[in-house]
Amino acid sequence: MLIKTGVPTEEQVKEVFPPIERINKGRVAVAECFQRIPCNPCEYSCVKKAICVGEDINNTPNVDFEKCSGCGVCLTKCPGLAIMLVDGSKSAESVEFSVPYEFMPLPTVGEEISVVNRSGEVITRGVVSEVLNAKSFDRTPIVRFVVAREFLYAARYLKREVK
Amino acid sequence: MRETEVLIIGGGPAGLCAAVSALESGASVTILERNRRLGGQLVKQTHMFFGSKEQYASFRGIDIPAILLEKLEKYGDKLRVETDCTALGIYEDGVVTALFGEERYVKYLPKAIVVATGASEKALAFENNDLPGIYGAGAVQTLMNVYGVKPGNKVLMVGAGNIGLIVSYQLMQAGVEVVAVLDAAPKIGGYCVHASKIRRAGVPILVSHTVTRALGDKTLEGAIVCEMDEKFNVIEGTEKRYDCDVMCISVGLTPLTELLGMAGCEMKYVPELSGIVPARNKAYMTSRDGIFVAGDVSGIEEASAAMVEGYLAGLHCAAYAGYKSENFAQKVEDLEGQLAKLRGGPSGAHILRGIQKNVKED
Ligand SMILES: Cc1cc2nc3c(=O)[nH]c(=O)nc-3n(C[C@H](O)[C@H](O)[C@H](O)COP(=O)(O)OP(=O)(O)OC[C@H]3O[C@@H](n4cnc5c(N)ncnc54)[C@H](O)[C@@H]3O)c2cc1C
Ligand code: SF4
Ligand code: SF4
Repeated sequence: MLIKTGVPTEEQVKEVFPPIERINKGRVAVAECFQRIPCNPCEYSCVKKAICVGEDINNTPNVDFEKCSGCGVCLTKCPGLAIMLVDGSKSAESVEFSVPYEFMPLPTVGEEISVVNRSGEVITRGVVSEVLNAKSFDRTPIVRFVVAREFLYAARYLKREVK
Repeated sequence: MRETEVLIIGGGPAGLCAAVSALESGASVTILERNRRLGGQLVKQTHMFFGSKEQYASFRGIDIPAILLEKLEKYGDKLRVETDCTALGIYEDGVVTALFGEERYVKYLPKAIVVATGASEKALAFENNDLPGIYGAGAVQTLMNVYGVKPGNKVLMVGAGNIGLIVSYQLMQAGVEVVAVLDAAPKIGGYCVHASKIRRAGVPILVSHTVTRALGDKTLEGAIVCEMDEKFNVIEGTEKRYDCDVMCISVGLTPLTELLGMAGCEMKYVPELSGIVPARNKAYMTSRDGIFVAGDVSGIEEASAAMVEGYLAGLHCAAYAGYKSENFAQKVEDLEGQLAKLRGGPSGAHILRGIQKNVKED
């Protein structure tokens, strides 16, 4: 249970996930923010107006998947690091995740990484496809990685090998 | 004796915002801050903040003091900032004494005072809790993020409130292993998004658990952790040993109210506000005329609320000193609206209950 472990249930996750047809069209935001807290930068940072928190800033965010262009700006502005992008448009076998990643050193493109689930357990391997660190991201870089499609709902984050 | 119209004690977010609105209203202001730097808790908070645009949400705490200081710059001589300067007492005649550095004492006679001294960390009682290696979470955060010192290699975090969760994350960013985050309560006290982000990075969060004993001869080597039942009793036979060289205690903050108690302000124990707090009215004035409060000193909350309270206390305090701001009523209404929005959720409801107990109607 989220409030006891920090791990949301599968139902909670699926409820905020875009439909597979939308995922297959290209990058789209998934906001895993399930608790009422006073916060709304996701809403006002989105130029497409695709995220709505509303007048009561304690509401949980709602993503309009059709308006969302998958630009990734909200990933770097969400203080809870709760938003990621998923993209199933590139291949029938794999999906690409984009996650905010604030650990140094940053991974490099082509690097093989462990992919973890929401409990931090390694579930598979993936490959880093892009690392973005624009000045406007204000020290919250975005790492994209590719994993087998069967892990669409289980994969959440990456873990690098300790050297 | 130095004269100033408004004297602000504490240069954290609440104090700085009080200075902004008192100056805007036309008063001359002096800020006393016991640290060498202004910013209070913000100077160690490398994470992005919650809240809304007006309170600089999604900015990092460490970047917010500069934004506030920029607002203060234009007031030139109307503002004096004294750092490395601790207010020691507020006396019956309204005189405030302050210690500059180690041995120079200075007296102030202000027309009005805002006390914004913030809070201090609570301790936890268990066997061997004085072993070197056991710190308050705020101390560890200061070591890491202000001084760049790695506190150790393996940390056990006691307390799963926002501070425990955030400091755990920052320890991991500094390359320190966090072996677990414990909390005696049956649920995570901090925001779930913070918990989720450290959990997926591999840190177990154990609710209904506590530390009963620290192990080690000269320094910390490990800890005994136990499960607890709903009544917070340790469950026999659940002892587990964790190896660690640092233990962070993050079991809450308590308002730093000594100056107010000594000044004779009426004090009240309000659990929702995390301890003994000064009774105040809606204008942020305590039971002593001319002494105002804002921020964590009048109830532990967040920097976002501390800033808005600071702006409000600054307006009221300046008005008391004879400088009622233009559009006073509208500014107050706007700021009170911001506070109401921030406090519109479950954690805010808790705070509001406390405020209701503590704030006098007139
Ligand atoms: C780890 C951590 C994470 C947090 N994360 C968030 C967050 O994400 N969002 C958020 O909104 N809030 C957050 N907060 C809370 C926020 O930092 C505090 O609520 C806020 O700093 C309170 O502001 P303040 O001005 O009342 O007190 P402080 O920031 O504590 O400032 C008080 C100042 O007064 C000075 N002082 C005290 N006594 C004296 C004296 N006698 N003479 C002179 N000076 C004195 C102190 O040195 C200090 O600088 C966090 C806090 C911590 C510890
Ligand atoms: S990814 Fe871009 S378009 Fe989509 S919700 Fe986030 S900021 Fe808006
Ligand atoms: S910015 Fe992040 S934490 Fe804040 S409401 Fe939006 S999704 Fe939730």
